Amino acid sequence: MTDDEELRVSKITEGTVIDHITGGQALNVLAILGIDGSRGEEVSVGMNVPSDRLGRKDIVKVEGRELSQDEVDVLSLIAPAATINIVRDYDVIEKHRVERPEQVVGVLECPNRNCITTKSEPVDSHFDVLDEGVRCAYCNTIIREGIADHIQVD
Amino acid sequence: MRHDHIISAKQLSRADIESVLDRAAEIAADPSAVADRHAGKLLGMLFFEPSTRTKMSFSAAMKRLGGDIVDMGPVDQSSVKKGESLADTVRVVEGYADALVMRHPLEGSAKMASDFVDVPLINAGDGAGQHPTQTLLDLHTIRESAGFDDLTVGIMGDLKYGRTVHSLAHALTTFDATQHFISPESLQLPRSVRYDLHETGASMREHTELDEVLPSLDVLYVTRIQRERFPDENEYREIAGEYQIDAETLEAASDDLVVMHPLPRVDEIAADVDETTHAHYFQQAHNGVPVRMALLDLILEGNA
Ligand SMILES: [Zn+2]
Repeated sequence: MTDDEELRVSKITEGTVIDHITGGQALNVLAILGIDGSRGEEVSVGMNVPSDRLGRKDIVKVEGRELSQDEVDVLSLIAPAATINIVRDYDVIEKHRVERPEQVVGVLECPNRNCITTKSEPVDSHFDVLDEGVRCAYCNTIIREGIADHIQVD
Repeated sequence: MRHDHIISAKQLSRADIESVLDRAAEIAADPSAVADRHAGKLLGMLFFEPSTRTKMSFSAAMKRLGGDIVDMGPVDQSSVKKGESLADTVRVVEGYADALVMRHPLEGSAKMASDFVDVPLINAGDGAGQHPTQTLLDLHTIRESAGFDDLTVGIMGDLKYGRTVHSLAHALTTFDATQHFISPESLQLPRSVRYDLHETGASMREHTELDEVLPSLDVLYVTRIQRERFPDENEYREIAGEYQIDAETLEAASDDLVVMHPLPRVDEIAADVDETTHAHYFQQAHNGVPVRMALLDLILEGNA
């Protein structure tokens, strides 16, 4: 890690830094995490920052919130190289990668307009994660490309 | 067999399917033996879109087991019209019956409904999704006519939207059948079905013309290509016309070819086929009762 990167990552006192996000996906990461600033979270976003590993990458820092593994694993669908740094007292106390979850519940919206999960029923969307893409557990529709376009907006 | 709900053909193993078909054969051979078997039991009928035939078949099956039905009636006279959710409707109705049968226009509706009820729920068609009891009666017909050994099946017509096709294709993979899919390019199997067939290592090929595969088939399963799938009348006529068969078409087929159709047909199978030994579609329709009796019997027994 270069000094410059170190600086960017550790600039928060307490919270989560999501690093090595695929360039251009930072806002989708925030959308998946349900963070839109309306609850007063302190969020900083770096987009298309030069990176040795990815060429260009995005970084998201969320002050005062430690994200759980379950919360971040879903990010692997749009940012498979992302790393998660949990920061306390300016120190990175935990660092891990996102892992592909087996299923994703309540995050994506089924693109099939005839799918029961898109209607006003008390049911969360539910996708099984395939080797390539995801599949609606209710209507079996498969999404391969552009998963970020299907992030549920409330 | 012990399944709480029958939602999709995919959930049924070969052993499950065979236990239903064996039971159906027993029942067909001696229907009087089960005439009082489920006396006092009630089957709840929730048909959110009209399907007179499937509904009649389930009603006949339940009554021939000595049970009875309670029917939600048409949607325009029910609480659904007032905007009640499906989840609420099924939670209310499960209190009235020992098992439920549901037909609904939306995909995934049966799976969702089953999440909310404790009595067994049978999917009688969810949009373009699944229709497992049609598949069971199709398989029963195939077993009685062509048998499952070294089976080659051609499935023709609207493969994109035809839920009977999707369910049948899944189920045939458990019997190691070779499957040929014959359709216009715009109505080929959807990605999700193709994905599953590849996952199971199914032996399958896709064609746009029947001629090239007809002589090799043991079973030809014909489905209707609907007018509304095409932007204009002429295109529809031209394309649909290529997937219609008559007695002359079948001269190129094996003498033992079994022709099936989920019915109702319009013009995709000409009336002159009815007189040939190939025609099995009416027997197929009749098989709906014993097969549904068998399924209800296994389900009601398992949950007694
Ligand atoms: Zn869906």
